[in-house]
Amino acid sequence: MTTLLDLCSLIRSKNAGPFVLTFDFMCRDEHSYRTLRASGLLTPELFADLYGADPARVLIVHHDRAQAVKVSLPRPLRQGDIHDSDSYGGQQYAPLVDLEVPDHRH
Amino acid sequence: MEIRILAPTGALGAGFRPESLERGVALLPHVIACDAGSTDSGPYYLGTGEPKLSREAVTRDLRLLLKARDTLGVPLIIGSCGTSGRDAGVDLVAGIAREIAAQEGLSFQLALIYADQDPAYLTRCYEQGRIRPLEPAPAIDRSTLTDGHVVGMMGVEPIQAALREGADVVLAGRASDTALFAAVPQVMGADPGLIWHAAKTVECGAACAIPPSADGLFVHLRADHFDVEPLDPDSRLTPHSVAAHTLYENANPYLVTEPSGVLDTTDAVYTALDARRVRVTGAVYRPSDTYTVKLEGSSLVGYQTIAVGGIRDRVVIEQLPTLLPMAQAYFRAKIHDVFQGRVDPDDVDIDYRLYGQDAVLGARDPDRDRTPHELGVLITVTAPTQAIAHAVATFVAHASSHLPIPQYEGLASTVAFPFSPPETDRGPVYRFTLNHVAVPGTPHEMFRTVHEEVTS
Repeated sequence: MTTLLDLCSLIRSKNAGPFVLTFDFMCRDEHSYRTLRASGLLTPELFADLYGADPARVLIVHHDRAQAVKVSLPRPLRQGDIHDSDSYGGQQYAPLVDLEVPDHRH
Repeated sequence: MEIRILAPTGALGAGFRPESLERGVALLPHVIACDAGSTDSGPYYLGTGEPKLSREAVTRDLRLLLKARDTLGVPLIIGSCGTSGRDAGVDLVAGIAREIAAQEGLSFQLALIYADQDPAYLTRCYEQGRIRPLEPAPAIDRSTLTDGHVVGMMGVEPIQAALREGADVVLAGRASDTALFAAVPQVMGADPGLIWHAAKTVECGAACAIPPSADGLFVHLRADHFDVEPLDPDSRLTPHSVAAHTLYENANPYLVTEPSGVLDTTDAVYTALDARRVRVTGAVYRPSDTYTVKLEGSSLVGYQTIAVGGIRDRVVIEQLPTLLPMAQAYFRAKIHDVFQGRVDPDDVDIDYRLYGQDAVLGARDPDRDRTPHELGVLITVTAPTQAIAHAVATFVAHASSHLPIPQYEGLASTVAFPFSPPETDRGPVYRFTLNHVAVPGTPHEMFRTVHEEVTS
């Protein structure tokens, strides 16, 4: 079983301004990057489910030169608002770490 | 043609090695620039105008930078002074600069560029349809623009004007991080795609180096490429680390929006020059038809008092899902009772965060059904005044430590409080209010520049 953490040397979440949450999946190498892309794991629907976003507002960008996948979506709560629990957005990626990466579809 | 840029650190006050700065100075930069702020630390700094980093840390960095500038005779540009880039932040850093000048025998022409926005100006813009939302933007009305504090994020133009008017040291209010590094190369006529990409690359200093650090980067910008290297000889850059930096705290890694246009790094190519230097080519800058200035706003939400505790007994933990809603109902009644109707319970927010169960991801945590054996409890009371928040927190903390547990007879003690008193006043709390741009008549009209001769 391959997990997201197996393929990534860094998985992080951060704010991109007070209203956007952004995730970086930095792959370990070219092969990991290709595997992750081909798996179809990181979809707007996945992030919509986990973070309550409208899938149409989830942006997914594949950055070949950085061997990274970037996902951005509207923040569930604006940064620092009274019920916001993660002012820097720094731990929002946690449920993704152990996600199983489906086998490459040939 | 070669334009050299020294980016000494990711943020004024974050620190850097003096030897690294010396190395950068020896490479004879045309400009030294860094930023001193961000929204990333939250709405408090813009709301209050207080800085995040200490006066001591800012003084330490600024002293070294002012001396380096004096040695080189080149501009020193610092943006988003005082964390939020409010006028108070500019004045704070200016005061430190004057103090250092007197102590070190430095003289320079100082320009202060203020970015606070006048509510009357913003109201006029709003009525003329010159305030536009960015995705995702909160709903606003006129009062959003007049209550609280709003700053505009300046582009290169006010900085370039200050330099034209003779400034050696520019202390800017809220400014685009990249504009600080782009201002001088643009005047010198470099390629816009390379300028803005180089600026984007160095804006966080050595954050994109291996290992990431609070230290500097140096850029050699030439006709068809730029070379970038870390100033610390023990640190290195790779094509991958430089390319990856475009992802950091940015929604779209390929497109970076500036007041005057958009940097597009889709076709950028990153090549290793050696083990620690990278050559970059290929980015393009697309000027916009409309000049836009991003607005940042922060307004007061209320005042907070918190209490921190812990729960270890599984019997108590198991009861919480029923006890906490009951407690909330009790607190509403108690607010009525204690304040004799003078405080509306709807104006008071009482929030429990259960660390160990659902404090960070809350209801969205896929693992929240797992039973914890110990819970941290953060109780947060937010109210219209500090006195009300404090008064409510005292009975909330007290009642929380004596929740009625059906299995236990008599007065149970249900929360461990590490502090006496358990309540801590947190002061005012703020919220960000704007994700919008203004469309000004000129790139200058939202900013005010004051020149001053500083002599030792």
